[in-house]
Amino acid sequence: MKKKLLFAATILAGAGLFAGTVLAERPLTVVSWGGAYQDAQKAVYFEPFKATGTAMIDESWDGGIGVLRSKVQGGTDSGWDVVQVESEELEIGCDEGMFVELDWDKIGGKDAYMPAAVHDCGVGSIVYNFVLGYDKDKTAEAPGGWADFFDTAKYPGKRALRQGPKTNLEIALIADGVTPADVYGVLATDEGVDRAFKKLDTIKKDLVWWKSGAQPPQLLASGEVVLTSVYNGRIDAANRNDKRNFGIQWNGSLFTLDSWVILKTTPNLDASYAFLDFVGKAENQAKLPEAIAYGVTNKGATALIDPERLSDLPTAPENMANVVQISDKFWIENIDKLTERFNTWAASN
Amino acid sequence: MTDLSATENGDLARDLKRAERRRRLTAMMLVAPLFLFLLVSFVLPIGDMLRRSVIDTELAEAWPNAAAAAAAWDRRSDPTEAMYAALGRDLKASAEARTIAVPARRLNYALDNGRSLVLNTGRALKKLDAEPANWRDALIAENPAWGDRMTWVALAAAAGPLTDFYLLTATDLMRDATGSIVSRPAERSLYLQVLGRTFLVSFTVTVLCVLLGFPVSYLVANAPDRIANLLLILVLLPFWTSLLVRSAAWIVLLQDQGIVNDVLRALHITSEPIRLIFNRTGVVIAMTHVLLPFVIMPMIATMKAIPPTYQRAAVSLGAHPAVAFVRVYLPQTVPGVAAGALLVFIMALGYYVTPALVGGADDQMLAYFIAFFTTSSANWGLAAALGVILLSATMLLYLVYARIVGMGRVKLG
Repeated sequence: MKKKLLFAATILAGAGLFAGTVLAERPLTVVSWGGAYQDAQKAVYFEPFKATGTAMIDESWDGGIGVLRSKVQGGTDSGWDVVQVESEELEIGCDEGMFVELDWDKIGGKDAYMPAAVHDCGVGSIVYNFVLGYDKDKTAEAPGGWADFFDTAKYPGKRALRQGPKTNLEIALIADGVTPADVYGVLATDEGVDRAFKKLDTIKKDLVWWKSGAQPPQLLASGEVVLTSVYNGRIDAANRNDKRNFGIQWNGSLFTLDSWVILKTTPNLDASYAFLDFVGKAENQAKLPEAIAYGVTNKGATALIDPERLSDLPTAPENMANVVQISDKFWIENIDKLTERFNTWAASN
Repeated sequence: MTDLSATENGDLARDLKRAERRRRLTAMMLVAPLFLFLLVSFVLPIGDMLRRSVIDTELAEAWPNAAAAAAAWDRRSDPTEAMYAALGRDLKASAEARTIAVPARRLNYALDNGRSLVLNTGRALKKLDAEPANWRDALIAENPAWGDRMTWVALAAAAGPLTDFYLLTATDLMRDATGSIVSRPAERSLYLQVLGRTFLVSFTVTVLCVLLGFPVSYLVANAPDRIANLLLILVLLPFWTSLLVRSAAWIVLLQDQGIVNDVLRALHITSEPIRLIFNRTGVVIAMTHVLLPFVIMPMIATMKAIPPTYQRAAVSLGAHPAVAFVRVYLPQTVPGVAAGALLVFIMALGYYVTPALVGGADDQMLAYFIAFFTTSSANWGLAAALGVILLSATMLLYLVYARIVGMGRVKLG
């Protein structure tokens, strides 16, 4: 008898549990880039956010507008709520109506964030820069900016740039005396593009082209190049993990942001806003750069970061003095045309 | 009597035929899974991709009225108010339905600043409460580019359902305002040059593979088994290493501060490092290394099957050993050499990772651009057209090759 009762109880409990999982809404699902970066986010964002009482899980993805397109296709819930996207995906996805247009009052208001982090469909999560990197052990005098990058008399040897036109046309114009803020105005004209290629011509035979973000620190380390364009995080990682003595020149660097977006198909809109509000708060953001050398977007966070660490970050005031945001509008519109031009240029002598 | 035998014969024939049919059916059932697999995973996706090089319905799906109006236009007269009204209404509707990004992308392929032209106009029209009295004036006030004839030419060319736009672009051609085919501007004439580069690199790599592979194959084919097996393992060893690792290893070896340059300097052969990587030399070296096993394997198979007696007979009849080798042995290796060369050449045509890693900016082959337009810029039409060009050029070359070598003689294993 006792056994029978226990058996019935087990069945009932099991059925109850089953019904519970079916009926309960799924937890908030946040998607980010994975790897060391997501581990850092887990520690400073995800776990503390769960402690506030909202159920959430995190997943990772590798980017690609096509992936997002398939997630929102059909208009029904696809399992993702909040996604971290690159700036081009933010721009294209917003135009295609994939994301919720943000109600900024729910996440602290537009004024709480740096202006570049504010977009109709997304709020900036991290800031990172495309900087001029060099090896302090091999370079007597630190380069002062991109003009020195093109000065082969002062810095003899090879230099490396990212393969393709993106970032290089900006760099060439800044080296040629255009102020970073005016770069895209000049690039919008045919004369501006000609001018950039003409400037690249002057060091064409000294250039090496890198293709993945891991390459520039290796090229510096092996002595293959003396100067290179590079993501600031890669220099920081090489210095911290491989005990390198690489330097960064922030002057004239190009920055971009990754952003959080809410997919239009989310069934967890309120929880999504609660999450964005939590990760947008200055005191929470200030903990991220300890783990990884990205800048954060809340204006108030800068004051809370250890000054010594702050000097390694894109968002330190002195590093922000003379920079320009990479224009996604410009590149989405012109990438095909300028890639053809870049490759024709590369093949001519 | 004769009748009976005729019936018997008929039955026999029918039975035979039935048995034959059953056998054929079994055979077909056995290959059916493979056939279906090939169809689903190979023929259909490739066919669908190639279709995109000529079929162009993106714009017409988002803007049906504007596409119809532009397609009916004679391309000579000024666009009428009715055409502008169709365009304006479609623009407004697509902006509201959030489908405007697709025609914006499509027009951007043919028009400078086409994307922002469409998106900004759409954004402005969305705010309109009532229809404007004159669509032409309203659109041109928003952006003067709508009054430009070239804008309408681009619209008409994108109206579908068929287009030659992508195939023309892939062969460095375009249509001008009157619709006649002209060359693209010099700074954007790229793809024929890249196609030539692709064939040149593949050809160089093939020749090097055959030259380097021939002695190795000869050695393996004629050595005692124990040594031959060891050599074979050495040949196959690279197969067990990832392509990425092999390509990256060449960077370590060939860079300015790398092992090869260090040795050359230590031996006082050179004083300055010579450039061996991030240029054409690096691409050819790395690709030759990666592809070498593909030419060696068929050559070994062919050489093992050649009886040594012929050559010995030639020598015993008074031929110099070198003459015997060239006139008796060499012709018998042709099937293996031809097969290996064909294999390497066709594989080299599609190479993309190795040139990307060890090449310079001007060493990228056609596959690099196909990948760029597929994944980075999502211009699938142009990616498909470049694929069609590469495929047709390869087919053409294969036919010429088959004519010269004679395909009956090619042996792949």
